[in-house]
Amino acid sequence: MSIPGKETQQAPPPAPEEPRVAPSGFSELQAQLREWREAVDRRIPPWTSRVMPFVLVALAIVLPFAFSTDSGFIDATIKAVALAVMALGLNIVVGFAGLLDLGYVAFYAIGAYTLGWFGSDFFFKARVHVLVHGVAAAETGIHLNFILILIAAAIICAIAGTIIGLPTLRLRGDYIAIVTLAFGEIIGEVAVNGTDIHLGGGMTLTAGNLGISAVDSPYFPGVGQFNLLQLRPWYWLILGILLLVLFVNVRLRDSRLGRAWIALREDEVAAVSMGIPLVKTKLQAYAIGAAFGGMSGAFIGTYFTTVNAGQFAFGFSVLILSMVIIGGIGSIAGALVGGLLLGYINYWLLPSVLNNAPSKFGLNFQLTSVQFGIYGFLLVIVMILRPQGLIPERRRKLEMTGAVTPGLGEAELAEPTPEMNIGAIE
Amino acid sequence: MSAVTEAPPGAAIMRAENLVKVFGGLVAVDDVSIDIPTHSIVSIIGPNGAGKTTVFNMLTGLYKPTRGRILLNDRNVTRRRPDQITSLGVARTFQNIRLFGAMTAVENVVVGRHARMRAGVFGSILRTPWVRREERAVTERARELLAYVGLRASAFDQLAAQLSYGDQRRVEVARALASEPRLLLLDEPTAGMNPQESAALTRFMRKLRDELELTILLIEHDMKVVMDVSERVTVFDHGTKIAEGPPDEVRRDSRVIEAYLGTSE
Repeated sequence: MSIPGKETQQAPPPAPEEPRVAPSGFSELQAQLREWREAVDRRIPPWTSRVMPFVLVALAIVLPFAFSTDSGFIDATIKAVALAVMALGLNIVVGFAGLLDLGYVAFYAIGAYTLGWFGSDFFFKARVHVLVHGVAAAETGIHLNFILILIAAAIICAIAGTIIGLPTLRLRGDYIAIVTLAFGEIIGEVAVNGTDIHLGGGMTLTAGNLGISAVDSPYFPGVGQFNLLQLRPWYWLILGILLLVLFVNVRLRDSRLGRAWIALREDEVAAVSMGIPLVKTKLQAYAIGAAFGGMSGAFIGTYFTTVNAGQFAFGFSVLILSMVIIGGIGSIAGALVGGLLLGYINYWLLPSVLNNAPSKFGLNFQLTSVQFGIYGFLLVIVMILRPQGLIPERRRKLEMTGAVTPGLGEAELAEPTPEMNIGAIE
Repeated sequence: MSAVTEAPPGAAIMRAENLVKVFGGLVAVDDVSIDIPTHSIVSIIGPNGAGKTTVFNMLTGLYKPTRGRILLNDRNVTRRRPDQITSLGVARTFQNIRLFGAMTAVENVVVGRHARMRAGVFGSILRTPWVRREERAVTERARELLAYVGLRASAFDQLAAQLSYGDQRRVEVARALASEPRLLLLDEPTAGMNPQESAALTRFMRKLRDELELTILLIEHDMKVVMDVSERVTVFDHGTKIAEGPPDEVRRDSRVIEAYLGTSE
């Protein structure tokens, strides 16, 4: 960075790599671990990396056959995968585009309400039925096929994401976080108080904390009506959504849009000077990320059989963000692993396996009542031991290890200023 | 102050009229007009803080002028955004290199081509044959451009941050060229270069102008480069234009000498 009014010459960039570790017992342990990992890497034949994804998908597809049809583990898996879908959606916003979003719960809410509105008898004055069977076909209200609800949730959330994104465009870093946080809270409050928003005919916008229950469960020809004693179809449905969001993540990362996001993240001034439209590119990140939050939200709504305003708390946004950070910001595999890890901890390890562990030590509490404390502890541990996340993204890793020095800009232009004409909303 | 034009109107690729830029209470640029004749090399010189880079930032759309207007090929582009200006055929480099450090040299140049690419969200997700072809063509073109600016092939896939200073300058020029500009703005391209490198760059600028039919606007401190390469020189001091004309004329201008050397009292 140059001193204003005085030209300074650019020092050559620092040499790459060279892990900078102070000698200590801890760093020796890290070095040992790195050595072991490299030894393992050398023994794995190169073709495995290409075959691996297919093997994993195949294993994921046959996984439920190892468990009973109403297994508690499969139940936890379904919920964990749904959260992983959200983590991958948020990863597009936070990881790819570098926009810290603390209000992601808004899209969970909007997606879930899309299901509540278009897949129950909540709007009882209406009688709309599109490709539905069984009980739903006989009820009043709007009843769309679940695939149509998924598409509607994606579209509505993409629009909502764009609207939430607009006021953040002129902001940076922490300020974006505050605005998105506020939007998440606003949506939550609207959900709670939606009982007082009358739409005519005695119908309201939401059912507040009472919840919209008796929502439709998905129906597919050949599979029939989904029910909670047969969990396998639910699992395959959310697995399909997960594979879709994974596919979109991978394709976008390696595309013109993905590169534009990285460019904006690294240096907004240079990026817009290269012809990248700031407003459009950032809004696309918000919209795509929101769409997946909405799809997962609609799924969770039907799987939980209720859409209750109490589900949409700030803590949920933090949980999803923690998944992205623990996994490795910007890393697709990281968001997947982080999402599944926290999902399993949240829905299986704590409630089913370890919940009564404290009583064995004579302590009088259950682990589920301190779950957010446990997530916080995990987050701190990961940030200390592995700040780049469990599976760091290549570029982010370089940024964090200091191989890349950001801030090569001129003093005058180092950060975009309000003077700049780059995020113009006029 | 009216623009001193030698070329007839219409022959200027870019024309700035009575530009004013005020930051808070500070008048950074005060009533500056510049004509950049098509296919010429024009230099802006002046002491530090004279407002040269501020003018650059207005011409490329990063700053909105407080007053005045900017015409590109006789088209008013005064309040256009930087990405729109880039699409219209203006590219730039920065005084202190601003490459995307965590991207490779090739990726940097590919980003430079953003404005000339068309792949959208759905095309990219589906990776249609058309998008695939575009990606291939753009990557190939990026490699050609890197070779054109003289980067050795072994550096193509290295991260920009790990390249030497000189190579970073080359990549930045290639990235600017990737958007197929008609007008190229170079902000102190010889900063940090030795005399041999500066001389090579001077030759390269002529080559660019002749081979790619570019017009080049240059901010430069190295007087040898300025006198050598430019057809016209504009001199700034304290936010105003104090002289303009062919290098030989400007060199003898008493106000220029005063601005650079101070007055004898």
